[in-house]
Amino acid sequence: MADETLDCKGLACPMPIVKMAKQAKLMEPGDTLTVQADDPGFEPDVQAWVSAQGHELVSLDEADGVFTAVIEIK
Amino acid sequence: MGNEDGPKQATIIVFSGALDKVMAGFIIATTAAAMGMEVTMFFTFWGLSALKQDGPAAADCERNWMQKMLGMMLPRRAADLPLSQLNMGGMGAGMLKQIMAQKNFSSLPELIETAIDLEVRMIACQMSMDAMGICREELIDAVEVAGAATYVGVAQDAAINLFIS
Repeated sequence: MADETLDCKGLACPMPIVKMAKQAKLMEPGDTLTVQADDPGFEPDVQAWVSAQGHELVSLDEADGVFTAVIEIK
Repeated sequence: MGNEDGPKQATIIVFSGALDKVMAGFIIATTAAAMGMEVTMFFTFWGLSALKQDGPAAADCERNWMQKMLGMMLPRRAADLPLSQLNMGGMGAGMLKQIMAQKNFSSLPELIETAIDLEVRMIACQMSMDAMGICREELIDAVEVAGAATYVGVAQDAAINLFIS
């Protein structure tokens, strides 16, 4: 199982989602993808993306305007 | 053409040639593709301007005088599209682009590149091209040329169908 981290800080909608989708395609079920983003829309959008893709959102935290999402690829 | 088992489909008709409206279309298109949908964009009338590319190709295109005038007055590439409101002879579009660059938003050419990268299918309307005197060579390579039936064939099975006017 592989862990990947994606830095999407500074990127605006829809680029964090686009980057996550491209990264997720390279990963296997069971892998963990950690994404950091500071786009205010990221918080609801990452949840919508995870649910549409059927992955699992393990955690979603915010600190100093930066969101960190940990996603298990399904 | 049933698609019950494949990915969900989204289609977007881009009728407008305004920068803000075309950008909205590409943002939805790239997002839908990133969410696992198969996306088809159908460009008709003014929307075709968004698919134009720079180059000498336009000179070789056969046009009557009215089509030549139209070609002179319309934008020659995606980066030159005007705003739908407050364009102010291009000043408004320039200011918006500056603000978007400051905020690190993707530009329209970047969104188009992203759409190509995500395998968004882009169809140029054959009839509009004929009417406006736009040749295949004037459009970016990623575009296919087809008619309304091709669009309807996809749209009838799609979960999302949008019209950007």
